[in-house]
Amino acid sequence: MAKVTFRIFRYNPDKEQASRYQDYIVSLEPGVTLLNCLNKIKWEIDPTLSYRMSCGSAICGSCAMKVNGHALLACKTQASELVRDGVIQIDPIGNSPVMRDLVVDLEPFWGAFRKVEPYLMPDSRDNPERERLQTAAQFLKIDAATQCIMCAACWSDCNSLEVDNLFYGPAALAKAQRFIYDSRDAKKRDRLVEISKLHGMWDCTHCGECSTRCPTEVKPLARIEEIREAAMAEGVHGNNGARHALAFRETVSKRGLLDENYVPVRSVGFFNIMGLLELLPVGLRMFIRRKNPPIIPHGIDNRKEVRKIFSRQKEFRRD
Amino acid sequence: MKYALYTGCVAKGAGRELLAATYSACGKLGIELVEMTDAACCGAGVINEDNPILGDIINARTFAQAEKMGLPIMNICTTCQGVHRKCQIKLAADPARMEKVNAELKKDTGLEYKGQVKVRHFYEALLEEYGLERLAKAVTRPLTGMKVAAFYGCYAMRPHEYSDLTDPDDPNELERIITTLGATPVKYGERLKCCGFPILMMNKRNALKLTGNAVAGAKNAGATGMVTPCPLCHLNLDAYQPEIDKSLRMPVWHIPQLVAYALGATPEELMLKTHIIRPKEAFALV
Repeated sequence: MAKVTFRIFRYNPDKEQASRYQDYIVSLEPGVTLLNCLNKIKWEIDPTLSYRMSCGSAICGSCAMKVNGHALLACKTQASELVRDGVIQIDPIGNSPVMRDLVVDLEPFWGAFRKVEPYLMPDSRDNPERERLQTAAQFLKIDAATQCIMCAACWSDCNSLEVDNLFYGPAALAKAQRFIYDSRDAKKRDRLVEISKLHGMWDCTHCGECSTRCPTEVKPLARIEEIREAAMAEGVHGNNGARHALAFRETVSKRGLLDENYVPVRSVGFFNIMGLLELLPVGLRMFIRRKNPPIIPHGIDNRKEVRKIFSRQKEFRRD
Repeated sequence: MKYALYTGCVAKGAGRELLAATYSACGKLGIELVEMTDAACCGAGVINEDNPILGDIINARTFAQAEKMGLPIMNICTTCQGVHRKCQIKLAADPARMEKVNAELKKDTGLEYKGQVKVRHFYEALLEEYGLERLAKAVTRPLTGMKVAAFYGCYAMRPHEYSDLTDPDDPNELERIITTLGATPVKYGERLKCCGFPILMMNKRNALKLTGNAVAGAKNAGATGMVTPCPLCHLNLDAYQPEIDKSLRMPVWHIPQLVAYALGATPEELMLKTHIIRPKEAFALV
């Protein structure tokens, strides 16, 4: 059996000034999960090691942690797959304050969920005599998002959260999709307006970490793409993100390529003086270096063809 | 070797130096390029979010054009490459969607996407088709002493199901090219992060924090330059540096620039003067 060093983040904020790593050497038996190994360390070597675990079956979402820099579920991963040069490095999940060793305070994560009002809000005037039913096709639209086990693996590795602790985060936005696309919910537009604000869906960088780390089929990035699509279709356009998408639509449909002079101005808003002033320094720097996009925008050869495709776009929208 | 060159928007606009460097590098390596002057913007994921089927039709049009030319596509932008690959993978996995996209495409253009065209980024073409041994032999100006930090760009790596990298969580493709050119690759914590560009118009403060973290990370790890296969990352990493921290002074190369420079190209050929932070190494020679 191969001996592996588990390099584990240790920190007790009540007693220690700074965090440290502690090495534990464990023989890997074939077929063991990372959680099996952590249990072995805690039960046989060091009972002071703290981490969350419960079901051991990738259902409860307790045992998310960072391994070799990326979040995963300890119970769902074979330890042997994680060894790098004889070492497995384990840290607490990211974007969360550490309470003890691998245990973090998840309150900010839950707070983001509360912000999206994660419960059904049907039309209150409607008083049905029987339960509100959904067809299979209607359920399929929310099926993926309902599979969230709230493990916070996506939250851990989210690039936007690293620079903005007010960002909703991937899990909460995926939860918003679950209600926005629910045929029984009556608050679609209100929800879209609310999460279109600053720190909401348009602040997602599209880095793809969430979908990569998600241990279930939620794939939050795909759900964020869907709520953006819903916002565009619903006409919730009064923000930089939606205006940016409109600018893409307008310029690509006209010339086949993006007009890089128009898109920033359209995105911040034609009458947003402060926003336009913010664009000036980089514009000047680029102009001085002759790096500015051409004043007469470039285009493709057969613009008519692309215009034709775009002009029929309403037919292509999803129902 | 011959490719249909998909320029994308930036290489025709704010990143014209990228197009110049691509022609320079490929010319020196004997790679023939036929520019796709009728291929539309890939949508950068934005058009797909607005209207998924429309985004697919526009990209299927590009693929069908290359199929008609009988050539594989070479991208010079990680975002274009990522969007193209995602579109190809999604269409291949969903015959009903493929049929719908082709029906619409045919109606408006008479074209049909057969699902056969290969789509490769410039650096992937070097690694997989040109070969690093051949590249090493072509190097006439080894970049000895340069410490180069690669910045991959999200679309090259994530979500993993759409990535062509061998190990998207710890890629070494760009580092292998850097080594082949005679420079020393520098690894740093931020090399796989987002550059901030996608939210530049939505939340500039956060976008520039991400950009600043990446450049500072490379600098703290000892890099004398950064290299990226994505012109959108390049815009943020280079053009916004003075707004983030004037002391950073980190030159950022496009990958075809770095390759062409090692093959003997002059700074003028690579339009290095258009960079906001000009690479010292290149100008020390002239």
